[in-house]
Amino acid sequence: MNTLTARFLTLNSWQRALVAGALGLFALSITRIVAGADDLTSGNTLIATLATAAPIIAVALGGLFSERSGVANIGLEGMMVLGTWFAAFAGWQWGPWAALAGGAFGGMLGGLMHALATVTFGVDQIVSGVAINFIAPGVARFLSSEIFVGEGANKEGTISSSPNITDAMGRFSVPGLADGLKSIDDKRWFFVSDVAGVLRAFVDQMAWSTLIILLLIPISIYVLWRTPFGLRLRSVGEKPSAAESLGVGVYRLKYISVAISGALAGLGGAWLVVNVRQYGEGQTAGRGFLGLAALIFGNWQPIGVALGALLFSYGISLQQAVGTKPIKALYLFIAAAFLGLCLFMVFGRKSKRGALMLAVVAGGLYAYYLNTDEVASQIVYMTPYIIVLVVITFASSRSRPPAAVGIPWRRGQSG
Amino acid sequence: MTDAALTDDAPERPAIELRGIVKRFPGVVANDGVNLAVRPGTIHAIVGENGAGKSTLMKTLYGAHRPDEGEILLHGEAVTFKSPRDAISRGIGMVFQHFMLADNLTVWENIVLGDEPGSKAFLDRKRARRTLVELGARYGLRVNPDAYVSDLGVGDKQRVEILKVLFRGAQIIILDEPTAVLVPQEVDALFASLRSLTAEGVTVIFISHKLDEVRAVADDITVIRAGRTVGEVQPGDVTARQLAEMMVGRELPRPEPRTDAPSETVELLLGDVCIAGPGELDILDHVSITVRRGEVVGIAGVEGNGQSELLDAIMGLRPLKSGMISVGGNSLDGLSTRDRRDVGVGYIPEDRHKDGVVLPAPLWENVMLGHQGSKPFSVRGWINRIAARAAAKKIIAEYDVRTPGCDVAAIALSGGNQQKLIVGREMTAGPCVLIAAHPTRGVDVGAQSAIWDYIRVARTEGLAVLLISADLEELLALSDTLLVMLRGAIVATLDPKTVTIAELGAYMTGAAETEAA
Amino acid sequence: MIKRISSVLLAPAIAILTSVIVASLALIVSGHSPLAALRAMIEYVATTDSLVTILNRAAPLYVVALGVAIGFKMNLFNIGADGQYRLAALIAAGASSAFSLPRVLHITAVILIAIIVGALWALIPGVLKVTRNVNEVISTIMLNYVATGLSAYLLVNYLRNESLPNVAETKTVPESAQLPSLNGFIENFGFHFPRLTVLNGFLPIAILVGILFYLLIWRTRFGFDLRITGASPAAARSSGVSPKGMIIKTIMISGGLAGLAATGFLLTDFTKYNETFPLGLPFTGIAVALLGRNHPGGIAVAAFAWMGIEQASRGLLPEKIPPEISKILLGTLLISSVISFEVVRRRNLTQTIKQAAGAIPGGRSSSDPPHVGSTSAGAPA
Repeated sequence: MNTLTARFLTLNSWQRALVAGALGLFALSITRIVAGADDLTSGNTLIATLATAAPIIAVALGGLFSERSGVANIGLEGMMVLGTWFAAFAGWQWGPWAALAGGAFGGMLGGLMHALATVTFGVDQIVSGVAINFIAPGVARFLSSEIFVGEGANKEGTISSSPNITDAMGRFSVPGLADGLKSIDDKRWFFVSDVAGVLRAFVDQMAWSTLIILLLIPISIYVLWRTPFGLRLRSVGEKPSAAESLGVGVYRLKYISVAISGALAGLGGAWLVVNVRQYGEGQTAGRGFLGLAALIFGNWQPIGVALGALLFSYGISLQQAVGTKPIKALYLFIAAAFLGLCLFMVFGRKSKRGALMLAVVAGGLYAYYLNTDEVASQIVYMTPYIIVLVVITFASSRSRPPAAVGIPWRRGQSG
Repeated sequence: MTDAALTDDAPERPAIELRGIVKRFPGVVANDGVNLAVRPGTIHAIVGENGAGKSTLMKTLYGAHRPDEGEILLHGEAVTFKSPRDAISRGIGMVFQHFMLADNLTVWENIVLGDEPGSKAFLDRKRARRTLVELGARYGLRVNPDAYVSDLGVGDKQRVEILKVLFRGAQIIILDEPTAVLVPQEVDALFASLRSLTAEGVTVIFISHKLDEVRAVADDITVIRAGRTVGEVQPGDVTARQLAEMMVGRELPRPEPRTDAPSETVELLLGDVCIAGPGELDILDHVSITVRRGEVVGIAGVEGNGQSELLDAIMGLRPLKSGMISVGGNSLDGLSTRDRRDVGVGYIPEDRHKDGVVLPAPLWENVMLGHQGSKPFSVRGWINRIAARAAAKKIIAEYDVRTPGCDVAAIALSGGNQQKLIVGREMTAGPCVLIAAHPTRGVDVGAQSAIWDYIRVARTEGLAVLLISADLEELLALSDTLLVMLRGAIVATLDPKTVTIAELGAYMTGAAETEAA
Repeated sequence: MIKRISSVLLAPAIAILTSVIVASLALIVSGHSPLAALRAMIEYVATTDSLVTILNRAAPLYVVALGVAIGFKMNLFNIGADGQYRLAALIAAGASSAFSLPRVLHITAVILIAIIVGALWALIPGVLKVTRNVNEVISTIMLNYVATGLSAYLLVNYLRNESLPNVAETKTVPESAQLPSLNGFIENFGFHFPRLTVLNGFLPIAILVGILFYLLIWRTRFGFDLRITGASPAAARSSGVSPKGMIIKTIMISGGLAGLAATGFLLTDFTKYNETFPLGLPFTGIAVALLGRNHPGGIAVAAFAWMGIEQASRGLLPEKIPPEISKILLGTLLISSVISFEVVRRRNLTQTIKQAAGAIPGGRSSSDPPHVGSTSAGAPA
């Protein structure tokens, strides 16, 4: 067991993600057979997962840029809200592609505000983030009252929603591949169909906006690790005094990073708007915070962050796309996973108390699984957030945020 | 400037020259007319005591700030540096006393930062590595470019710092107190590197207050006192003692030999204390220490060999794996930090700003720190502000804390005065054991001798003191018994009256062990 | 003294000026007159009825903001007041009709239930932080969503008023558990309220909590420990403060106050928990805590001003001016306040250092130029 773990740790992050994903999928595959809940891993569920994940990935990558440069950003939610409003405005005027640009612009305004407060004036980063989360919905509402109310083809603009965007964002399917995978997926063979379902999610009916966000993952890796800008950005988040002593403009870099952060959060917001072709108040529904959670889950590494976003989205899309039966199966899955973890802890001579706690939780979930016909919708609503909480609880011990995150930086501190 | 021009008048033209540099900060003149001329290809030492204005001067040279008056001449040409970047581009590099390295980046990333090979859109990692290996070979400074800085030792980190400035083509390197963090053997290695640098034509400016080292390595020495240059000398012309007198402006305080003997009553006892480390090895490995009434036990050792953990263990900030600690015969097992303070453990923490004072809080609140749970500061959970103010005023008067009053925030005080406040606070509480970590680090000479006197007096009155310090002079001046710590264990018990610096260095680095084996 | 007052008022003055300018510009750009807006707002708000409404709403806001502030004071960011308040409101509402007691006892019991529910819900992120080092910002935000689901679940399945089949709301809080109005008490002094204007009985509770807050933070050892933990966690720890204990205690007080704030509406204007219950209050509480600089006096002013502006903006509708301008005004006020507080704090600190250095020859060592930015903004000591 230990040698396997050790070998797993020597893999690079792509390989690790792949192994973890395959193992997870295998376990889910067993669960769906046992519980008779085919939708747990069907292509449709996974397509929905990917779609749900897209805005969360965007906002989480936004968080990555900001926090890697040493600026904690809990204002992501607010920047996302600004993104939705500006996306709706641009989309209503000039179509869905403009909406994406507009969203990024709106989010960037929020990012610049955060940078002004935290970088120039040294305001506590959490405080500024909270303030931005507060201001953004107010600004959006005021702007709506001035610009959206009574506008649009059917006068459908109101104070809490925009006129419709006329055109939808295009979608694409890879010819041949999409259909082939779909037919395997539909067979619902053990594991094979599940793998096909996963692959299908990437080639079938994908919106261009989703693709753009997925491409941002490798782009972020390239920018952060393969360009001088990325090196400087990371150095500012780790040891700004060192960066400054080498002539790196710490303020400038932080401004750019936080602006990028806001733009990415805004892009996430724009994705939501483009998806339903309309802005609505409360549309972000806490995805900015989920992105932040994905950032912590992913230990400030792009791939981990994307995996985190996918994991959380899986919980959400199960609930939204296919009803409560798969959610119930998910409880079985989590119970089994906890039991496994508990056994691992017992044999690995880890904390006995922790193992006992896990066993109790696993038992409770299993009992709930056996005694419930249909999971109450309110419980379903809570599930993804509980997953986040549990995952972060277990992930936080190996968590290593950038060393200088949260610490206000004043020019001339080097030496 | 062409090569021909250089050769024509280079021999006597200084590589760098400062004329009448004045730099003021709010409330203080840090540099008040400093003159300096450094010959090219030499090691030029700048000495002065803490607070004399050396660091300020170096920041001026490095472009970290601009002087209010005076001029800087580089190879005879007047220059102004708007930022460190300007200084770098003119071939001046700075190696800071506190390493400016990002732990979570690799060696090569730290070195090329700000001056990356490749284009804006592509960082050429291969070229970066290759250049570093070449540089390292040329100057004899070898480190693994792909290692993470967090995994390096102190000597390696310093080599990375020097490589950093060489990578930028620096021809003038400023080293700010480079030996402060090194053990004697590493110091020798550093000096060898510096000589090979000057052999390659590099000019080295070396800031220090360790006079023996300065005399050993420098070609010229400039002495600074209270922000002014007081003279330039050749190392062969002066003794360390004469240099010290130039620096201080008066005779050095001599440690007085003690006449009385410590009592036999054991106050602090550590028996086989172990603390688990992150890996297989224990951070503290069967440490046993006995401190008697009226005795000062000093602990020497390179920082990071378990001293901080030892402090934490005694103060109850870190759980023991095994072993026991007792004060006055009563075990501390199961007592919280608060309880330990209450049974009479005084504590001068190693990091004053982090652990010793609350910077934005007023002095009268700082005086309660660590004693807020006991009389006279609080009664049944309520704070007694009047008593706290009275106590603060008493400490300020008795321990000569220079401050406008007790309502001033601690941040407004100088390091020496903050430290005197801490010492006063701990002594006033009437402890039976004092744990003093680096009690005079970063304070001026006046405060240092005052603090030493307070400790001596308290010792004579029966206080048991455990002194942890990186300052060998301090350890030798105060200790009755000297222990050496290495890799979490006590490796030697020495008599401070007879031990030599070379012996100490051998134990501190583990050279003694290898010789014996 | 005058100097001290002016330095306290400088930051709010800058912030108010900035926000008024921004809001005026927004109005001008959208084709409205700022002066007309101001007139309409003042006219609307300057009535006894409006003032009483503001007080009734500001009192619970004040209490929830104090709860947020006590956490901020030690750099503990309890963003979870939302969930704590929500669950406390629901469970206290459900529990209140489950038993009957004499009036004073009934009220006390229901208030205690609300406080305990809020404190226990806040205990979860506290325990996660001290045992697993989980960042409280994330955990409290997630727990807010969990609380939303959980309260809906509890309401529908266990705490619903069974006699109304299709409505998700609790039974009405019994008369004996409702806080009495203050009208009678105040009319003793010769003041007469207009008809239908009721000054709620929660106001004295809020004032009492404010006074206790002040005493707790500035006059007790617990408060001392809390403030030094906020200003310098390491120094606090070396001085014998147990950081884990402080986190647990503080977050429970914070949650308890959020729970208490819920009774400010539940036992007065809103006598049952349903979808109209003012659930956005804790969110506003965070902003008010920041505006009030975590000080009970400042928060009192901020809570009153916040609710005052919201109330006054209702007067804009008849003038065809969008009331949403209040959101711009309050939002700008918030961001410009946190910025100007920080700027003024730094300026004052530099001055203190200068004065101290000037008062004593050679007071500061020259190698040690002042660093002003290194201490936290969230918790000025």
